[in-house]
Amino acid sequence: MSRAVTVAKAGQGRSKVGWSALAWLVAFVFFFPVLWMMLEALKTESQAASIPPTIFFVPTLTEFQEVLSRDFPPFFINSAVATIGSTLLVIVLGLPAAYALSIRPVAQARDVLFFFISTRFLPFAASLVPLYLLARDLQLLDNVFALILIYTTINLPLGVWLLRSFLLELPNELFEAARVDGAGFWRELTSIVLPLITPGLAATCLICLIFAWNEFFYAVNFTSSVAATTPIFLVGFISGRGLFYAKLAAAATLASLPVLLAGWFAQKQLIRGLTMGAVK
Amino acid sequence: MPTPWARTTGSRLPATSTETTVRASPPAGGGGRTRSAASASAWDGRLRWLPLLPALIYVVLVTQVPFLLTIYYSLFNWNLLRPGNPEFAGAQNYLTVATDPSIRTALFNTVLLTVLAVGISVVLGVAIALLLNKEIFGKGVLRTLMIGPFLVMPVAGALIWKDTLLNPIFGLVGWLLSPIGLGRVDWVSQFPMATIVTIEVWRWTPFMMLIVLAGLQSQNLEVLEAAGVDGANALQTLRYITLPFIRPFVELGALLGSLFIVQTFDSIFMTTQGGPGEATTNLPFLLYLVAFQGFDIGKASAIGVIAVILTMIVATFALRTLFTIFHVEARR
Repeated sequence: MSRAVTVAKAGQGRSKVGWSALAWLVAFVFFFPVLWMMLEALKTESQAASIPPTIFFVPTLTEFQEVLSRDFPPFFINSAVATIGSTLLVIVLGLPAAYALSIRPVAQARDVLFFFISTRFLPFAASLVPLYLLARDLQLLDNVFALILIYTTINLPLGVWLLRSFLLELPNELFEAARVDGAGFWRELTSIVLPLITPGLAATCLICLIFAWNEFFYAVNFTSSVAATTPIFLVGFISGRGLFYAKLAAAATLASLPVLLAGWFAQKQLIRGLTMGAVK
Repeated sequence: MPTPWARTTGSRLPATSTETTVRASPPAGGGGRTRSAASASAWDGRLRWLPLLPALIYVVLVTQVPFLLTIYYSLFNWNLLRPGNPEFAGAQNYLTVATDPSIRTALFNTVLLTVLAVGISVVLGVAIALLLNKEIFGKGVLRTLMIGPFLVMPVAGALIWKDTLLNPIFGLVGWLLSPIGLGRVDWVSQFPMATIVTIEVWRWTPFMMLIVLAGLQSQNLEVLEAAGVDGANALQTLRYITLPFIRPFVELGALLGSLFIVQTFDSIFMTTQGGPGEATTNLPFLLYLVAFQGFDIGKASAIGVIAVILTMIVATFALRTLFTIFHVEARR
């Protein structure tokens, strides 16, 4: 009997090693392009485009310095302004809306929620041309402000949905007690909702940040030089013929780093956000 | 984290919005209500809309009003590159679009890309989630590595694939495959659609994996143990317990994935530019060509209207599924 258990344990141990090996192999394959991007960024140009590929090398930050000392920073700053601005706007508009869809819901809460989320999945073809003409007429082409408004449009539906699902988790008694004390909308929002909803706010902001930072379609069509964001900087490498691999990789790494780090450090919030609040 | 719903039916996602308690206004109190109370509650009902209005007005202004304008513009013969005022053209843009083979190609490419990318990434995502849910070494690190592709800026990811991995001269893939005689294949121009699908699968598999893994981790271990005690083998447990349990998570992933992948633009722009020919031109890329290379406002608007109609057909079904998955119910 005890021998059988030991055998079973040993078998389990073996299968654990086997499954682990397979899992590491799969994860390595998926992560490899990310790793390769970072490795190429740490090479010199001749190492980056060598055949066979350079595996062992002395890492150098030359290409990062090169990219940063040239015209990269303005693109990065535009991205930051558009991302942070639109995320703030999503919270400012979305939190009261989520409140009116959860804590003191309007009669047609379900229809309103349906309407909000349906606009997230409207193809950009639906409003692209009028928005472009409007931006042109208002002198907002190549202006970060236009990007802030567009990214708010993209993120607001998901923001309302997520914030609503977090608000629904707050215990009912809190609001009943507050109401007995005669607290109004603002008191409830500032003294109950905001302190308790911090993790939910973080998850919502993270999702908004990812979509706004990585957005390309509107950035490439609505900006040219002044307001161009980080992805547009990368478009400059589009016809690279093996001459600027290290620089390309350094720029790609710098462009991806904010979202990579945010997503890695806040995996829990990322999962909540991506599953639209369904998984805790 | 053990959640009550995981133990009950196990066939639907955690209902973040299923509320047994009613937070809404207290039930209308019988027939004894006075008129002032009734009007007060009507007033309260209207007040409730206030916090909603800014967001609602904003969304209507930036999505609905422009869409009405899109319909309006689609009736005009209007090109920004040609001098002169827009002329009313009736249904002419729609006739042009309907008879244009480019549209049919783009439509076909959109469906092909979406079906392939979603299908493959769902299958891979489920498989990898099952793998990462096993007793293995370094789970946390593995998950961290796996989500890398999803977090990398899509434009950056596409460039890295095109230039450093798939380039026929300097690419790593060519070097790896040279021993079996596939060294100098120009993947991007010889297999353009496969290249785009590969990049999208690489990006979306981690997304599917994360959603399914989150579902698996909420599974009730007791049920699995009971199945083991009852003599179910690993395959039977997977087939009859685990897969049905994660089904709503897979549906959610596939649904969100399709809605995003249908709009694929970044990877096409950065690698093939819709070519060679029209081999990888999907609807978003065609719209880009018509609107921002041709500046044909009328035709671009007509494409927009058609894209919205097609999306509405798919999305009505999709949103209904979404609302069922999430148990969004009318309250009060």
